[in-house]
Amino acid sequence: MPKNSDSAPVIVVDDVHKDFKLRHTHSIKETFLAAIRRKPLTTDFHALDGISFEIAAGDAVALLGFNGSGKSTLLKLISGVIRPDRGRILTRGRIAGLIEVGAGFHPDLSGRENVYLNAAILGMSKKETQARFDEIVAFSEIEPFIDTEVKHYSSGMFLRLAFAVAIHTELDILLIDEILSVGDEPFQQKCLARIREMHAEGKTLVVVSHDLDMVSTLCSRGVLLRGGQVAFDGPSKEAVALMRA
Amino acid sequence: MTADNSVAILREPGTGLGLIDVFQRRHLLALLVRKEVQIRYRGSVLGWMWSYVKPLVQFAVFFVALGLFLGLNSSIGFYPIYLLSGFTAVTFFSEAFQNGTRSIVDNSALIKKIYLPRELFPVSSMLVATVNTIPQIIVVWVLAIIFGWSFSPLAVGAILLGVIIIAILSTGLGLLFGAINVAFRDAQSFVEIIIMCAMWASPVMYQWSMVAQHLGPVWFTVYRLNPLTPAVELFHYGFWLDLNPTSGEPLPDLWLFSLIALLTALTALVAGQLVFRKLEGRFAQEL
Repeated sequence: MPKNSDSAPVIVVDDVHKDFKLRHTHSIKETFLAAIRRKPLTTDFHALDGISFEIAAGDAVALLGFNGSGKSTLLKLISGVIRPDRGRILTRGRIAGLIEVGAGFHPDLSGRENVYLNAAILGMSKKETQARFDEIVAFSEIEPFIDTEVKHYSSGMFLRLAFAVAIHTELDILLIDEILSVGDEPFQQKCLARIREMHAEGKTLVVVSHDLDMVSTLCSRGVLLRGGQVAFDGPSKEAVALMRA
Repeated sequence: MTADNSVAILREPGTGLGLIDVFQRRHLLALLVRKEVQIRYRGSVLGWMWSYVKPLVQFAVFFVALGLFLGLNSSIGFYPIYLLSGFTAVTFFSEAFQNGTRSIVDNSALIKKIYLPRELFPVSSMLVATVNTIPQIIVVWVLAIIFGWSFSPLAVGAILLGVIIIAILSTGLGLLFGAINVAFRDAQSFVEIIIMCAMWASPVMYQWSMVAQHLGPVWFTVYRLNPLTPAVELFHYGFWLDLNPTSGEPLPDLWLFSLIALLTALTALVAGQLVFRKLEGRFAQEL
């Protein structure tokens, strides 16, 4: 389906600030004692300091930057897990994140039960999950074990299934955080192919990864973050070159 | 094919309608409840029997101590039914409230990574407690039938109203303390104390008439304003009064105070939701 990249944005990040208060106390007693001793209760850390950009439907954007530059914080803000302190974030359509795949998996449930539970967590209805169930299992390549409890899976099997669920959800925007470091080489290639396929279908991608070569081929646009600010926003190859410089 | 995003509008992620969203995601709620129910006693030989062993042992201990040693068994007719029906009510309350308080911290792995209406967790804790309570109610009911219970719409209505009051109250308190528990784990211990007091501040072991004797009319009114008092009395009304026991009389103004309890529970629900919404923006950071 042709996509008009000039169409209305699906993600708007407007002058977003995010500070983290690092709380030093975790009980009323500790808070009380610290207050009496006039020790600081919290320390501020500026994770994001005035970020603005827009992403159009069908774009593939890489968020680049070194550790602590605020990439993952930004992704969490877009997914809605955390909220900005100042500025605002707006999104359009269904968002699913491949952020820490398998967060919703329960070891005591079977693979089948986990597929349904996690698809529901990612916002899928029962019908949508039923319609895609076979596809998900086929992608994971673990058919014989689908009714076994997940705690008996090898870590590779676990990741395959978790990934298969996440990547088959009905969505408009896919957020990806360091996922391609999982699984073996052939499975990584298969996942990458599936992500490209989704992009070709017109889904919007926002990718965070330290694999610079992979992201610069997957994404056409790169946003380089440095010290919580946008240092560069343009073609991904240039952004990567700037980062390596 | 893309999902139809021509109709979707730009909106802020991570904001929702709270409890209303929970009921729009009934499918997920049902799966969460089923998961909890399924895994609860997995790997134990007696399995679900454990949820009956604890209240039954508690019941036996109290029956021997209060019913036999302190003589309540002879002064209160059908004391086992009296004790057991009240117990079922407070056990439901304590389980729903306690698990609701812990639910946000227990599900931190999910809350930190994926946006969901977080009210799902306290609500599902309450529903799990309900699922757990239904068979207990059936046990009391069967025993009551053996002692001569006969069906009346008012009795069944009273029990249902009692269940509804406790369900709403524990959801509201679960939301409130569950949200506070994220920043201050003290909430968990505090809740245990509240539950212990609640157990004794409602007529579970003894009769309301004993309270009325010792407290003046003002304090007896305060006693009846505790929403658990009419809730427990509604259980007694449904299961026990139906048997025409000796010294069996309904709580004075039972229906009025049941209505007040229902309103108190709804207030707790609204307050819990408001505090929850105020604090939930920081859950992912603080867990």
